[in-house]
Amino acid sequence: MTVNAPAAAGTEAVREQAPGHKKQLSEGARAERRLGWLLCAPAVIVMLGVTGYPIIYAIWLSLERYNLELPQQVKFIGFANYGAVLSSGYWWTALEVTLIITVFSVAITLVLGMLLAQLMHRTLFGRGTVRTAALIPYGIVTVAAAYGWQYAWTPSQGYLSAAFNNSAPLTTQFQAIIVIIVAEIWKTTPFMGLLLLAGLSLVPEDLQKAAKVDGASAWQRFTKITLPLMKPAILVALLFRTLDSFRIFDNIYILTAGANSTGSVSILGYDNLFSALNLGIGSAISVLIFICVAIIAIIFIRGFGTAAPGTDSGSR
Amino acid sequence: MADSHRPARLIPRARAHIPRPAARLLRTKAGLAIAALGCSALAACGSAGASTGPVTLNFYLYQDTSVATSTAVSNCNAQSDGAYKISYQYLPQAADGQRQQLVRRLAAHDGSIDIMGLDVTWEAEFAQAGWILPWTGSNKASVVNGTLGPALQTAEYKGQLYAAPDNSNTQLLWYRSDLVKTPPTTWAEMIADAEQLAKEGKPHYIEIQGAQYEGATVWFNTMVASAGGSILNADGSQVTLGTPAVQALSVMKQLATSPAADPSLDVQEENQNRLAMEAGTAAFELNYPFVYPAMKADNPKLFKDFKWTLYPEVVPGQPAKVTIGGIDLAVGKYSQHPALAFKAALCLRDAQNQLIGATVGGVPPTITSLYHNPKLYPDYPMHADILQALQNASVRPKSAVYQVVSIDISHLISPPKGINPTGTVSSMKSQLADALQSKGLVP
Repeated sequence: MTVNAPAAAGTEAVREQAPGHKKQLSEGARAERRLGWLLCAPAVIVMLGVTGYPIIYAIWLSLERYNLELPQQVKFIGFANYGAVLSSGYWWTALEVTLIITVFSVAITLVLGMLLAQLMHRTLFGRGTVRTAALIPYGIVTVAAAYGWQYAWTPSQGYLSAAFNNSAPLTTQFQAIIVIIVAEIWKTTPFMGLLLLAGLSLVPEDLQKAAKVDGASAWQRFTKITLPLMKPAILVALLFRTLDSFRIFDNIYILTAGANSTGSVSILGYDNLFSALNLGIGSAISVLIFICVAIIAIIFIRGFGTAAPGTDSGSR
Repeated sequence: MADSHRPARLIPRARAHIPRPAARLLRTKAGLAIAALGCSALAACGSAGASTGPVTLNFYLYQDTSVATSTAVSNCNAQSDGAYKISYQYLPQAADGQRQQLVRRLAAHDGSIDIMGLDVTWEAEFAQAGWILPWTGSNKASVVNGTLGPALQTAEYKGQLYAAPDNSNTQLLWYRSDLVKTPPTTWAEMIADAEQLAKEGKPHYIEIQGAQYEGATVWFNTMVASAGGSILNADGSQVTLGTPAVQALSVMKQLATSPAADPSLDVQEENQNRLAMEAGTAAFELNYPFVYPAMKADNPKLFKDFKWTLYPEVVPGQPAKVTIGGIDLAVGKYSQHPALAFKAALCLRDAQNQLIGATVGGVPPTITSLYHNPKLYPDYPMHADILQALQNASVRPKSAVYQVVSIDISHLISPPKGINPTGTVSSMKSQLADALQSKGLVP
């Protein structure tokens, strides 16, 4: 999903430039374009095969009553599966849990990532070491890290549980969601930090100095200069993180497996597909997740497109 | 998840400079290597590759931590006179993982699965989907002859036998004779005894499986059956429940809201129950016989007063019908050697190997006569009670969508404090009816 986002943003940009070029395509340009298509045709065909086909098949399955263990009873039922999902409390609980995890983990990651980026930006010596050290949590396999968190929070085994009076936070909904959010933040802050660092390095040092001479305080320089110039980088980072976070699966799968209403929409989809073997309902859930992700992407890209500075007007 | 952010790797540069004929040779070699890998993988997966030598039969079962299963496998290999060689393939330890792996492979018509060990709740699903072969003729007769009735019931679906019961299991009431002089015979008595002990400030908890998982469904099934009812009708086509279910839930709720309940009831599975009993905080425990050798090893002091009796009754005077567990052996529909697979499965569950399973592996046998075999007695002093419980055992609903049925039930009755007998029964009725139609979601 996330891979598509910049590509989509790119097409927006192309579309904006297009009107000028549209009519006068020379013979050579047309040939070049044809060659371009030919060259990327293999990639397009592979992409269609490995992403297009499964997506269309999932949509088709979502319109059927199809239990893997009842192959004799497969039947086309239109949108009934969507009706079943959208009228089920389980879906709305899972969506609520997913949104809570997404909003809190992304917001906190953004703040911490910004601090980390500032730190990495300003470090004078040992830059490489600092950046490498910061990346360690991101480099650890999520499932392995999740097991680490799980053991840490297991009473009479884990040091975190022991530090909190031998508590078992993974057995109640509220506390388990906090643990999941913390695990997400720990894991993804370095990634956010790196993306923001890239944005931060785009802010010209001269501008900062000029503002300083004009008497702007550190906070004013941050909010009036750094943030506006970093906005594109922040939005891209937010888009990536939001989409990732919305599709959260592995951390929850290991930490609680969705018990006590801590499952995300992906966990719900997995359970319906792989435990209940209900391909119809499970596919309907997958398609709904796909739609949610698309909505998030559209909101971000539209917002990105309209508010993007760095084009000629804007903050300069 | 995170991998999508990795920058796409360019085509390795070195490769681009390889001259064409060399590249072609490389491709051919790679192709051969892949083909060779495929062949060896296939060969490892079974089938008689060569015309000589015994046929390899793959036996899929969780990894038995004792040597019982591997001993049975080598016994059968030795007895087959070179006709077959059973290759023991490990499935994951957790039941969900075992089922998922088998289902995925069978749905893809995997011909390498010859024999599989099925949990007693999967037969209906596998049979309905056409993934396992029915047992007929003399094979069927050998299974039916001398096998415990309820164990056979787990292996039957729509009037046909789909598996051979290999081992069985059931729960007993374990109690501390230093705290309880006469063991209770009904739930009401047991809760009253525990509450009395609580008043006296003595260890008093009743240990039972209240967590949101299959164990809770087992508890509910036992209670409904003991109250004279059932969850689904005999062919699994309709929800029954009714008054017995309300009665069962009332008792469960009564326990959950009484001082007799362990405070961690909501998250307890069999093993937590065992540990609580061994730690000395409980007076009663409803659990499988594995707790007996465990208590002997872990707490010899308490072991002296660790006694057992039959599961308490829900309706006074009506013996409890405890849910049966265990493993049944089935033959895969896509097996290349079904005739040999049936033969091998029969060998794996024969009296000799079941006795090894019971004494070495700690799982109660399904052949009735073994309960009268003195070799069983040292490890199973409670053999007579187990046999009595098994002969009167209840079977979980026989439905192709049992997994959904069970998940729905465990989510409605756990945590047990939240049970509202009539309300819970009516939501269960509608959710299970949806499940039977493949309509509802599972949480």
